[in-house]
Amino acid sequence: MSADTFAAMRQSIIDGASIRSAELARQSIALGIDPIHAIEQGYVPGVNHVGEQFAQRKMFFPDLVMAGEAMKSALNVLEPELERRGEKRQMLGTVVLGTVKGDIHEIGKSLVSIMLTAAGFKVHDLGVDVPYDKFAARAIEVGADIVGMSALLTTTMQGQRKVIESLERHGLRPRVKVIVGGAPVTRQWAHEIGADGYGANAVEAVALAKSLMEQRGAGVEEGAPA
Amino acid sequence: MKPRLQLLDTATISRILDEAFQLLQVHGAQVRAPEVVQALKSVGVQVSDGTARLPEAVIRKALETMPREFYLYDRAGNGAVHYGGDDIHFDPGSSCLNILDAGAEEPRLAVADDLVRLVQLTETLPQFAAQSTALVCDDAPQEIGDIYRLLLVLWYSAKPVVTGAFSAEALRVMIDLLAAESGGKEALPLRPRAVFDVCPSPPLNWSEFGAVNLLDLARAWVPAELISMPLAGAAAPVTLAGSVVQHAAESLSGIVIHQAAQPGAPIVWGGAPAIFDMRTGTTPMGAIETAMLNAACAEVAKSLGLPTHGYLIGSDSKALDAQAGMESGMAAIVGVLAGINMISGAGMLETLACHSLEKLVLDAESIASAQHLARGISVDATSLALEMVAESFARGGFLKLEATRQLFQAEQYLPSTVIDREPLRVPGETLVSRAHARVEELLASYQRPPLDKNAEERMLAVVEKHARDAGLVGWPGIPRGVPV
Repeated sequence: MSADTFAAMRQSIIDGASIRSAELARQSIALGIDPIHAIEQGYVPGVNHVGEQFAQRKMFFPDLVMAGEAMKSALNVLEPELERRGEKRQMLGTVVLGTVKGDIHEIGKSLVSIMLTAAGFKVHDLGVDVPYDKFAARAIEVGADIVGMSALLTTTMQGQRKVIESLERHGLRPRVKVIVGGAPVTRQWAHEIGADGYGANAVEAVALAKSLMEQRGAGVEEGAPA
Repeated sequence: MKPRLQLLDTATISRILDEAFQLLQVHGAQVRAPEVVQALKSVGVQVSDGTARLPEAVIRKALETMPREFYLYDRAGNGAVHYGGDDIHFDPGSSCLNILDAGAEEPRLAVADDLVRLVQLTETLPQFAAQSTALVCDDAPQEIGDIYRLLLVLWYSAKPVVTGAFSAEALRVMIDLLAAESGGKEALPLRPRAVFDVCPSPPLNWSEFGAVNLLDLARAWVPAELISMPLAGAAAPVTLAGSVVQHAAESLSGIVIHQAAQPGAPIVWGGAPAIFDMRTGTTPMGAIETAMLNAACAEVAKSLGLPTHGYLIGSDSKALDAQAGMESGMAAIVGVLAGINMISGAGMLETLACHSLEKLVLDAESIASAQHLARGISVDATSLALEMVAESFARGGFLKLEATRQLFQAEQYLPSTVIDREPLRVPGETLVSRAHARVEELLASYQRPPLDKNAEERMLAVVEKHARDAGLVGWPGIPRGVPV
């Protein structure tokens, strides 16, 4: 029974079917399936499949976004149940994310937020036009492992350097890793400003975040200080 | 007849404008700055919770007051760029951080000396009626990046300038800088030298500084150029027609804000619309659909009789290669056939992230060829062929005809040495080597247009305090010995 349910959950993510994924989540609770099993054996394989297909250019950005939305809608059902059971999901890490000051472009950053959440990171999305020091402040507050910054303008990407300087001033480097992205951002730029990595798109950002966490050596429980 | 590209029929343009009006009336545009809200309220726009809902009547009134045409002037006071009608001009792409040196595999961060060379090169190329503040200089502090670029362009060029400010404060300094160069603020409205790009954020969102820039430009009577950037499928409807609607709505909202501050002030219906690559998340500037969007957006503006701008000729290729030539050449043709008044983007690679002097001279060839196409086929002669064929029989060949000698340079565009039409292969020669040789040749021929010493001192005085506060040491790109 669980195997069928897990397969349906996986498919709901691949189809980007938010109503279906939430419905399956509710059914799994009614069936007494452990929410952690539902997430890890049902939904996460769907997210992984979409990510792999995207990397092979067989699925596309709308597929990614809709898969992320379907994952979110399943988690919205399952997380309260996790809490009710007093269980905690093992998170891959905590990420503070935002588009830097002066820049109000949202798409790329939100996509990364969706995909990181779907992949199992706890994401604190600061939104757009985020003052430089706010990244450090929130990173301290939530015990972030990673700070991610987006910039879509050549003019505002200079702000990514300022955020790194701010993180250094707050004594967060090199413990807190920094990843950068955005249309004009390049690997060379990331290196130039001292970031730990660059992702050309949301899937690369997730792979990068996972690899940085592996370098650090451990996952963390949701909400636990890093 | 002049060849034209038409992508939209009259009925479709009507639908586009009708939906744009509906978008602005029903969904509205997001505005943040209190003074923008105030300006909009003064012309009868309701603003609540940061959403300005624009009635069609208010938009129509703003369209009535904005000028249908205006000129940008060169330093000598000649109207060098005509915004309006079907006149077509080009300027290099703007605001990029990187430059690709000839033969290099990777770009590097640009510095002031790179911008100086790019400005000098552009000055020698007649295909570019205007300069742009093309590069962000890594050796100038970020706080004055926009101001310093304009200083260098004005220092080395007499052509009009397409520029833009990174903040409301910087805009005011840049206007002072233009005034210092042209003999006072009173002269600016009479003979504007520069147009300032101002960008809404898609969809229908005005950042505080963008919208305030519009107000400040209107009040100073310095021309503004709206750069709406719908990204089809990501930040705008996926259909090209849908993105053109959003572009129209964003442009109309900008016009209302601008005209609310100063009715009659000059403004351009411009943009950098593009598709969104669903595989890579990039915005392909060399895609044919991006060129189609630019042409269609200009068609909508032309239906209203407005001055136009587009962002074309940049390539997504990382090198000066066949892809770069293909994309830029195709886009140049689309741009001229669409009759866009100012076409920005030449010289750029890597989806606008990188400039190349060598690409700029190649693009100059695409532009010249496209301009030749836009002129169409001349039928001015008394007979098309009869006289010349008869005379050639009489004289023993067409090369002996005076008509041939007189007319061939008007009938044919003669490309520079960048384009290889030699009968034999030159060993070791490539497009990059030819383009690089052309760059060096043109730079060697560059002569700095005369600039009054007093004007130079005034310009440096405007920038100096901001430069020193920001930590600038010396004057990068300006030879030693100038007064400091």
